[in-house]
Amino acid sequence: MLESLDPVLLARIQFAFTVSFHIMFPAFTIGLASWLAVVEWRWLKTGNDIYQEIYRMWVKIFAVTFGMGVVSGVVLSFQFGTNWSVFSDRIGSIVGPLLGFEVLTAFFLEASFLGVMLFGWNRVSRKMHFASTLIVAGGTLVSAFWILSVNSWMQTPQGFRVGDHGLLYPTQWLQIIFNPSFPYRFMHMVTAAYLTTALIVAGIGAYYLWRKLHVSHARVMLGMAMIMAVFVAPFQLVLGDLHGLNTLKHQPAKVSAMEGIWETERGAALKLFGWPDQEEEKTKYAIEIPKLSSLILTHDLNGEVKGLKEWSKDERPPVVWVFWSFRIMVGIGLLMILTGVFAVVLFFRKRLFDTRWFQFWCMTLTPAGFIAVIAGWCVTEIGRQPYVVQGVIRTAESVSPVAGQHIALSLLAFIVTYLFVFGAGSYYILRLIAKGPTPEVEAYGDHGVDEPPLVTDLVSETGGEDV
Amino acid sequence: MFSFESFLNLPLLWFVIIATAVILYVLLDGFDLGVGILFPFAPSDQCRDRMMNSIAPFWDGNETWLVLGGGGLFAAFPLAYAVVMPALYFPVILMLLGLIFRGVAFEFRYKATGKSRRLWDYSFHFGSLVAAFMQGMFLGGLVQGIKVDGRSFAGGAFDWLNAFSVMTGFALVCGYALLGATWVVMKTDGTTQDWARKCASYVLFYVALFMALVSLWMPLMNADVKTLWFSSPNIFLLLPVPLLTVAMFVTIWRDLRKQREYRPFLLSVGLFLMGYIGLGISLWPYVVPFEITIWQAAAAPESQSLMLVGTILMLPLVLGYTVYCYYLFRGKVSHESTY
Ligand code: HDD
Ligand code: HEM
Ligand code: HEM
Repeated sequence: MLESLDPVLLARIQFAFTVSFHIMFPAFTIGLASWLAVVEWRWLKTGNDIYQEIYRMWVKIFAVTFGMGVVSGVVLSFQFGTNWSVFSDRIGSIVGPLLGFEVLTAFFLEASFLGVMLFGWNRVSRKMHFASTLIVAGGTLVSAFWILSVNSWMQTPQGFRVGDHGLLYPTQWLQIIFNPSFPYRFMHMVTAAYLTTALIVAGIGAYYLWRKLHVSHARVMLGMAMIMAVFVAPFQLVLGDLHGLNTLKHQPAKVSAMEGIWETERGAALKLFGWPDQEEEKTKYAIEIPKLSSLILTHDLNGEVKGLKEWSKDERPPVVWVFWSFRIMVGIGLLMILTGVFAVVLFFRKRLFDTRWFQFWCMTLTPAGFIAVIAGWCVTEIGRQPYVVQGVIRTAESVSPVAGQHIALSLLAFIVTYLFVFGAGSYYILRLIAKGPTPEVEAYGDHGVDEPPLVTDLVSETGGEDV
Repeated sequence: MFSFESFLNLPLLWFVIIATAVILYVLLDGFDLGVGILFPFAPSDQCRDRMMNSIAPFWDGNETWLVLGGGGLFAAFPLAYAVVMPALYFPVILMLLGLIFRGVAFEFRYKATGKSRRLWDYSFHFGSLVAAFMQGMFLGGLVQGIKVDGRSFAGGAFDWLNAFSVMTGFALVCGYALLGATWVVMKTDGTTQDWARKCASYVLFYVALFMALVSLWMPLMNADVKTLWFSSPNIFLLLPVPLLTVAMFVTIWRDLRKQREYRPFLLSVGLFLMGYIGLGISLWPYVVPFEITIWQAAAAPESQSLMLVGTILMLPLVLGYTVYCYYLFRGKVSHESTY
């Protein structure tokens, strides 16, 4: 039985599992780093200690998240080799340098200045500390730049030629880095990270307001987050639309799967919901709005939209996954826009900070960004199947010569480890949230004390265990 | 498109760059993995706190050299990366899991209270231990040679597991422990320092033993390595390597007794360099020992050229701010009185 485990499927599950875990941390740290930079800037500018206290609270959450982002990211950089060695061999000359640039331009920068940001408060001037925060924030964006360039190239490859042994060689670097889908994907992902962070900050702020804790801090948190929701959420809709049009041009099969359309038709309806059935080749139980799909995709009520039947069965992505992930993402995007609308209305009625249903609404939406990010990536990545590099390399031929049962074993080890370690991380983050932005003795990253104090001293003070 | 192929020996240059990244990783993460290996044996929680504080601002940067080594291999010698990673599948996965457990311990330990802090102490220790041991086995497995067919790994899933690689596993654990102990000697004082000094002298003995073992075993295992080292005139040209190594061992031993604080760490770094150079001489010019040379594995010259430009621009900058960070957090780490 063990011999029958399919290495390709297992390798895919393993990659999907580890990368989905990883992306949750960057989605949060990219946004949080930029937000912390703004908060620190406000503090330096106004001298208002509320900003400093907010910074101190969130920088600890940032540190925990960042640590988890680093360890889960290191796993990924080795997984190309362990699980997709044929793929690595064939695209190494193209993808390798871009990943190398990511390490040289971003990872070292983030890692080094994170130390200054956390421990350097009294060793460097305020300006230098602020500079460190800015550098870390910039580093996360540079990192996103390179990795998304790689991923976009896998979606819309260009600037290469295929040589002996099926190896891919670069012919035009600028075409590779700035491939057609890259600008859209980069903008869409960074915006997604900002929105994810905004919703988390809003949720926590709303929670404090609901419980009437740390009210002045909470107002700043909720207020700043709502500025993001009001202005950036609608922008994301526009970006997403442009992104979709770009995809239609380069990966039309993916778009047909997102729309659940099987027959090529003019004036295609938009299927709000339904169940795409891959066997029967139609979308069952569909609730439709006539002509809308054609309007969105071609900007013409009677424009032609290609159906999945245009492609042979082994060229189609798994439709249900793409179809539903897309709806989850867009649905959450619409909820974010709605949040912004509520915020504007409440703001002009001067009720933004004391409307209880709205606080509850924000609390409920706290994890929504994560769900949207993962759903979005599922659309992108599953929609590219059966290829790893669109039209060039198939997923099935990319896998390492490692036996199925060994991949199963490592997958199991990853699942157990991740659930345990990242479960503990979430628990500590929740505790930091429960503690809130109160100025008190800190166990770590204590800004205001020369050096990080000893944990043992605190433990003996607070009556903990000592040896 | 630009390429420096016509006037530079790109594969050779890249071999040097990646070898540098790997040794920098070994030295830098070596001492913080070493601190983790020694962690539970420290005499008190106060000592442990201080040991942890001495590396907390650096560990992330140190680990990034591993990503550069791995990523660099992928970029400059994709074939080697694609062969070695599946061949050493389990050591790599276990190392990664070890690195997860130790990496998160830095953050979690500071946040935990009461008994759960113990959990992260052990997570830090065993994570470091497993990562170090697996890196040693990785080395052992590599040195023994890897079976290749065409462009992919063709051996069994457990080819890397045998007496030699287990020995190199233990050897690297001891080596890292030496780096860790001498680092702690340098960064602390009082009881912690006294204890670390004792650890260092103790581990030093094992490091010497293992280095001797590996140096004898390698030529016995591989006839080419034997002729390389023991034929004249090579034997005279290469003699400085073992002689310098012995001199370093003696000096570290005496420095530790004379309570010198900085030199033992620097000389331990020297020991690692000697071992590394010795190994490099034995394996040259292979990236996948005895199967694939650096020329066969090289990425397209255009790729190596582009990366070279990036490296020449960025690496000095990276080294610059790395040094800045070490300088910023210089001196002995926190002592009770400062709090
Ligand atoms: C959009 C952004 C994004 C995406 C799609 C990815 N990452 Fe990531 N990654 C980051 C954004 C990021 C970051 C913001 O730069 C992180 C997150 C937290 C952190 O510490 O840095 C990071 C950390 C991080 C690290 C640790 C860096 C260090 O040592 O400091 C590695 C090795 C990777 N990532 C590798 C990958 C690989 C191989 C990916 C693809 C399969 C990937 N990341 C997807
Ligand atoms: C970070 C957010 C990402 C998420 C959540 C994500 C998600 C996924 C998922 C769900 C799969 C499995 C698809 C399937 O097999 O049906 C997958 C596959 C894969 N992705 Fe991504 N991905 C992300 C980013 C990236 C990036 C940045 C790269 C490249 C640099 C990448 C490279 C791959 C590769 C090589 C595979 C395996 C081959 C395959 O199954 O297509 N992914 N990813
Ligand atoms: C509001 C309407 C939205 C639309 C119309 C939209 C559109 C799209 C489309 C068409 C794709 C697939 C592109 C491709 O693979 O070719 C995509 C991917 C993605 N979406 Fe959205 N999106 C929306 C909202 C959101 C929100 C709110 C988030 C997260 C907070 C989000 C996160 C993502 C991510 C992470 C990806 C994968 C990376 C990428 O391809 O950019 N999206 N989106």
